[in-house]
Amino acid sequence: MDGYEFFIDPSRCIGCRSCVAACAECDTHRGVSMIHVDYLDRANSIATTPMVCMHCVEPTCALVCPADAIKQGEDGIVRSALKPRCIACSNCVLACPFGVPTVHAGPELMMKCDMCYDRTSAGLRPMCATVCPSQALTFRPADAVARERRAVPTRDFKFGAQHVKTKVFMMAPAGRTIAVDVEDYMEKGPDGSEGWIGGEAGVV
Amino acid sequence: MDPKDGSAAKPAWSEEFSVYAAEDAYVQRRQFTKFLVLTSFGMVAGQAWIWMKALTAAAPAAWPEIVVARASEVAVGSVRFFTYPTPAEPCILIRRTNGEFTAFSQKCTHLSCAVYYAPARDRLECPCHEGYFSPVTGRVLQGPPPRPLPRVELQRRGDDIVAVRLVEGAEA
Repeated sequence: MDGYEFFIDPSRCIGCRSCVAACAECDTHRGVSMIHVDYLDRANSIATTPMVCMHCVEPTCALVCPADAIKQGEDGIVRSALKPRCIACSNCVLACPFGVPTVHAGPELMMKCDMCYDRTSAGLRPMCATVCPSQALTFRPADAVARERRAVPTRDFKFGAQHVKTKVFMMAPAGRTIAVDVEDYMEKGPDGSEGWIGGEAGVV
Repeated sequence: MDPKDGSAAKPAWSEEFSVYAAEDAYVQRRQFTKFLVLTSFGMVAGQAWIWMKALTAAAPAAWPEIVVARASEVAVGSVRFFTYPTPAEPCILIRRTNGEFTAFSQKCTHLSCAVYYAPARDRLECPCHEGYFSPVTGRVLQGPPPRPLPRVELQRRGDDIVAVRLVEGAEA
């Protein structure tokens, strides 16, 4: 699927969780969904956003893996952990800046979104992108998305000192072509501490 | 960690255990050559070791003489099992359908399965890979065995059948 790119647009997400259900239907990991639908600000809004693996150019999860179990293919897709190698240490879970990998205690295995490798490598679109009714998850050629949408795709993220470039695009509101700096969305905690994200109901 | 910072030194392990599948599978010419040289050296050393072992292993000075069976107790077409020259080496004594006695090591020369005598077809058969041997000379009749079965030389002393020597079969 040359020229096809994955786009996440949080502003389009209606929180229907079709993607979560569709992901769990997949034969390669039946019953386990690799997608998180997150509430952005649970206390004040019903806004949600789907989170799939961003497939970092320099994948932090793979860099911290002590068992050499996570590999990035030549297509730039960061695969799920290799079953014979993964030791379920949760290093990747803690390291991933986007909070994507999950460790499953039963099979002692990290499982994460691999952009439906079985489908995309065979010319099919990822399952979540095919079912998303509002196309918050889109798998289309980049020029088609640029033509039809006002939001601007970005794939540069800053997490403090760490600069992460990803394969998957996040749609930012039009006119904001800057890299997404997570610190811009952080607030000071009630005690003045940095790095406070959002807040519990009634606290901020 | 910062891709823009080219000066950041990569740790040594990142080359050995790259996170990129293509880099991980890549074998340098030098690595491959090293592997070839070391493996070849190992093979040569192994061959030399086998050769030395064969040179130094002396044949037993005198073969033991062991009474294997009483001729009158072995029916025509039947066999007796015995060990010769040591208790760890199983052999088979055959009374062929024409009444002659012959004896062979029971270990197939292919992969050391135990051969048995098939009286109906008058031959020694290995059940593992269907290697057949002649019950007269031990010669390979068919199948994968590379050498004839080692033959046990027998002597008749009255009613006793005595094993006196083990004759290695020549290369086929």
